[in-house]
Amino acid sequence: MDKEKSILGNIFHKNGRALGSMGYFILLMLVFLIGAPEAWMRPNLHQSVFVMLPTLIFLVIPLVFLVASGEIDLSFASTYAVAAYVFAIMVKVGIDPAIAILAGILTGAIIGALVGALIVVFRLSSLVASLGVLFLLRGVILLLTESRSITIMEVDTHWTYSVLVGNFYGFPMQIFWAALFVIYCYYLFSKHVFGIHIHHVGDNSVSAEQMGINVKAVKIKAFMFVGIGAAIGGIFTTLITYTFFPTQGFGYLLLALAAVFVGGTPYWGGLGTIVGAVFGVGIIAYMEIGIIAIGWSGTWRQFFNGLIILLALLGHRLHGERVR
Amino acid sequence: MEKIIELKNVTKKFGGITALKKASLYVEQGEVVGLIGDNGAGKSTLIKTLVGVYGPDEGEIIIRGKKVLNWTALKARESGIETVFQDRALCPQQSIVWNIFMGKELTYPFGFVKEKEQINEANRLIREIGFTSKLIDAESPVGNLSGGERQGVAIARAIYNNAELIILDEPTNALSLNETQKVFEFVNNVKKSNRSVLFIGHNIYHVYDISDRFVILDRGEVVHQLDKNDISTPEELMKIMRDTIKKH
Repeated sequence: MDKEKSILGNIFHKNGRALGSMGYFILLMLVFLIGAPEAWMRPNLHQSVFVMLPTLIFLVIPLVFLVASGEIDLSFASTYAVAAYVFAIMVKVGIDPAIAILAGILTGAIIGALVGALIVVFRLSSLVASLGVLFLLRGVILLLTESRSITIMEVDTHWTYSVLVGNFYGFPMQIFWAALFVIYCYYLFSKHVFGIHIHHVGDNSVSAEQMGINVKAVKIKAFMFVGIGAAIGGIFTTLITYTFFPTQGFGYLLLALAAVFVGGTPYWGGLGTIVGAVFGVGIIAYMEIGIIAIGWSGTWRQFFNGLIILLALLGHRLHGERVR
Repeated sequence: MEKIIELKNVTKKFGGITALKKASLYVEQGEVVGLIGDNGAGKSTLIKTLVGVYGPDEGEIIIRGKKVLNWTALKARESGIETVFQDRALCPQQSIVWNIFMGKELTYPFGFVKEKEQINEANRLIREIGFTSKLIDAESPVGNLSGGERQGVAIARAIYNNAELIILDEPTNALSLNETQKVFEFVNNVKKSNRSVLFIGHNIYHVYDISDRFVILDRGEVVHQLDKNDISTPEELMKIMRDTIKKH
């Protein structure tokens, strides 16, 4: 009996944060289902979630890696737009969209690496430095585009469109790619040397360094990964809407961060959960759309976002204190 | 006897403070060297320079007769030098198995970790050392362990790789008598297998019992070296240490 108890306890201990986020997600779904069953059963409500959800997944999952490594990044919300801009402008001048996508992702990786190097090499606060980069890059975009959008209807007939964001028997392809990304990241985070070193670096960077882990390299790679995720998110959104607009991504800044923490990844580093983050994204995405679906005014949205963040934090606090 | 590692005239500065001043030290195959000195003598700095955590400002590091450049913690581990640091160098939120294999994970191609193999090895190691209670398995977080058990994890990590030289920085600090005894047993076992130990401590009695040779460090300088054969009691060692430090 004791043994059984300890096995159950162990499972709860290891997955408590992910289970907690799952609980919140189910609870939220029940509230909406009971509050507005008719609206909830309409497929087009879920379809609009499916536009937002994959984009958030690409932003949030890499942020889990970065937060677990003990750092934070805000600049991703602008990297998102820069990468999408590079993609859109290349398509506009007639370059093959497939190449434009790769160029956009590369842009994200380079920006991430530069932000990471800036923070790690000069030992800057990642919160403040990435805040600076956030504004700086957004400024660059506004200057370059003169605040004008770019429409790229030409991608509609290209194979990349149908493969990445097309409709497969009513199933939006971006959901498939986001799911694949989640599975890959799950293994990367908990079963790959990169993810394991992220945990060590975020937990105790001095110990990690003494054991021969290149702490700076691990952190820069984590920033790079965030840049890549942001770029993919930006490009997907641009493809789905056929439009690049210069303020793109800004609205995701706080939502993505909220999803990381609601998802059960603590801010102090060394811990994180990919599965939890997926539920965090689900909570945030459904909250955004669900409030309106149940017939409330959109002005309630922020209030409920705030409420759920606080409730989630309290819930995760009950689950576990930090061990030292 | 072959010298496994040798430091020659190593200087290390932190800002305006000289932590090591032309310090030289070597460890031969199969011997236990005791490094002694007061608090703040530079023992930990010397160790961290030796194992590549700090880069020296001046001086040479020689591994098995070959001078090495850009000495790093990873290179030290790859050349068969393992260290049990004073702070144990553990990550408390991570499992015992992740801590034991930290920085030297067993992997398949492309960097995915051999989970089962690591867990089996970790369980074997913690049983072998006998530091941990039976209730604890390799997947429990290190943060739940006692001080002695944490030291056991740090030692398990050092022995896993069959290191040629094991460096123990104040390994008996804050341990119970029973646990201290286990550390001594461990050092003797390493010695029996013709491998080497560098033992750092400020408890002269602990260092005396276990070492073949003593190196005395004071204010960043190696001030004296002597063989155990030259003296007969720990009190004698204590007196020599006090006298040399006073003169220095």
